[in-house]
Amino acid sequence: MSVHNPTSHRFPENARDALKNETLQRGLASAKVGFRVRRSEAAARLPEFETLRDESRDIKNHTLAHIDLYLEAFEKRVTERGGHVHWATDAAEARDAVLAICRAAGAKTVTKGKSMISEEMGLNAFLEENGIEPVETDLGEYIIQLRGETPSHIIAPAFHVLKEQVVETFRENHTQLDPNRVIDEARQLQDEARLVLRKRFLEADVGITGANFLIAETGSTVIVTNEGNGDLTQTLPRIHIVLASLEKVVPTLEDASTILRVLARSATGQEYSSYTTFSTGPRRGEDIDGPHEFHVVLLDNGRTDLIGTEMQEVLRCIRCGACMNHCPVYGVIGGHAYGWVYPGPIGAVLSPSLIGVEEAHHLPNASTFCGRCEAVCPMRIPLPKLMRNLREREFEKGLPPATQRWGLAIWAWLAKRPVPYRLATWLPMRLLALLAGRKGRYSWLPLAGGWTSQRDFPAPQGPSFQALWDRKRGRREASK
Amino acid sequence: MSKASRDAILRKLRVGASREGDEAQARKAIEARLKGHPRGTVPARGKLDAKKLLDLFVAQAEAVDATVARVAAPGDVPAAVADYLRGENLPPALRMAPDPKLDACAWDTAPMLDISYGKARAEEQVSVTGAFAGIAETGTLMLASGPESPTTLNFLPDTHIVVLRADEMVGAYEDAWDRLRATGRMPRAVNFVSGPSRSGDIEQTLHLGAHGPRRLHVILVEGNG
Ligand code: SF4
Repeated sequence: MSVHNPTSHRFPENARDALKNETLQRGLASAKVGFRVRRSEAAARLPEFETLRDESRDIKNHTLAHIDLYLEAFEKRVTERGGHVHWATDAAEARDAVLAICRAAGAKTVTKGKSMISEEMGLNAFLEENGIEPVETDLGEYIIQLRGETPSHIIAPAFHVLKEQVVETFRENHTQLDPNRVIDEARQLQDEARLVLRKRFLEADVGITGANFLIAETGSTVIVTNEGNGDLTQTLPRIHIVLASLEKVVPTLEDASTILRVLARSATGQEYSSYTTFSTGPRRGEDIDGPHEFHVVLLDNGRTDLIGTEMQEVLRCIRCGACMNHCPVYGVIGGHAYGWVYPGPIGAVLSPSLIGVEEAHHLPNASTFCGRCEAVCPMRIPLPKLMRNLREREFEKGLPPATQRWGLAIWAWLAKRPVPYRLATWLPMRLLALLAGRKGRYSWLPLAGGWTSQRDFPAPQGPSFQALWDRKRGRREASK
Repeated sequence: MSKASRDAILRKLRVGASREGDEAQARKAIEARLKGHPRGTVPARGKLDAKKLLDLFVAQAEAVDATVARVAAPGDVPAAVADYLRGENLPPALRMAPDPKLDACAWDTAPMLDISYGKARAEEQVSVTGAFAGIAETGTLMLASGPESPTTLNFLPDTHIVVLRADEMVGAYEDAWDRLRATGRMPRAVNFVSGPSRSGDIEQTLHLGAHGPRRLHVILVEGNG
């Protein structure tokens, strides 16, 4: 069952397990390259891409500076259109709001489009406990719901599942179908899911979707999908519930259009996703289809604490997934190791902010600071800088182990004193360089087993940075 | 409850929000933006002349696996639909949007087509709808819901045929929004559709035909006939 009780505090163990998990390693190796190539090709095809990134950042900055007013405007328009807005400070309140709507409608089944907010709320487990069956309809979400897992990537939830595993899962679960059918190809699996879920779409009482944007100008909610599942989810049942966090609001249709130009390109490298839908209120008097009720659940869940702080920038995120697609750490451990809803660099910043530094303090340390996430983030979120902020907070709270704190204290003492520093570093570095011989790296080192068990340690080569610096400065002085 | 939470959330946001000026000024600023809805940068490719926009639309739509047939006049549409169905081996039964725009197509010239009107039901395989606009920059159709264009027709059938008039073509999303604003109403649903449905959820390779239509066929009517 997909409950998201955080296991972020176990990050080091989670990561070690992930590295040893051969199936996962196979999947990760084959999957990540495609996303990167497609994104860079899509960006190259649009000369205005970098300008649009700047403008998207500015739109969100402006919105966040006026977010109270834009949310009020949004609410007003939704209400004028006959919809309802439910404000929820935390996950429990949001779950109760959804349950109350379902109960009032006597709902038995609920179809669902992909929503990370639903994951934050732990909605599926909660609905089941209350006798309502949630059916995930995004293919990836459907696969992991059948497998009792949680998403490992924000736009490709079944990123970690191999095709053979999907075959197994479908055979186990779709017992109504011919056991001798052939389902070797991704295509056939997709057709089978379409067939099975078609029935569920038509019988559902309530459809729940997420939202990529909320439009203050019109009171619309926006979803972006490729499969069309979100649209069947929000069009066919009597009731449509939208789950959204506060920061999804943007002022106008034009603002959404600007950001949409960078969203799909950054996410999958498509020019535009197959379906982008703006929903505004319930069915109108003369309409012959569409939901009779339209509800928006607005979730805070810790976001108001970030407004006006140095962490506010993370609220510009549009959940495109580019940062994790380009992250060397995500690339080797996958999404589950991060232990909560959001993996990769965005998770490393968002999780400590939303579920607390105590629970998730390891995550901002899972970074090589290579800066690729910031380089590709369409919203220009300075993810490495925000991770550094969180590391400082971790240190202030005394969360790193004593050995690390002592080590840093000793190093800090030495670093401020050039002569002892040189003495203390010269000898070990010479030794390391000598002992490494021609290989130039170590696959094992005493006291550094934590490092060398997963990667080699490069041996020092040539003169030290300080020596080079002195030499260079000497030259510059001489040439004056 | 919701009201108390609403007030608590808004209060926190108001205290936290870092902006210039007092609240009255801030309100003025957002009202101006909502009313003026300024455009950002519109890509140069969306600012071509009308003829080039048609070509760009066709190229972009085909790049995302839609098929396009260009015909000279509305009267040519029924034959184009029949041709397409034959080519794809599909039955000549259509579920059509009750859209007055489609009446111009002289459907009685194609008696082999079995046409019914209304929203889509589970059993229908092929739908025919009009479009509110075509957007050339990404080969995207903009479909606006209403009694004459039920949304289910865009998603439930296996095959979706869209009749798009050349004068409905615009360059960029913003142009389409301006046209919609000129009608004075925001429909319940506005669907932007670029190609047939697809999924990349199994091993990150895109395959066509997920939950929405497996085929999207656009009949582009270039003249008034
Ligand atoms: S942080 Fe940036 S790159 Fe990562 S998901 Fe959010 S918007 Fe995309």
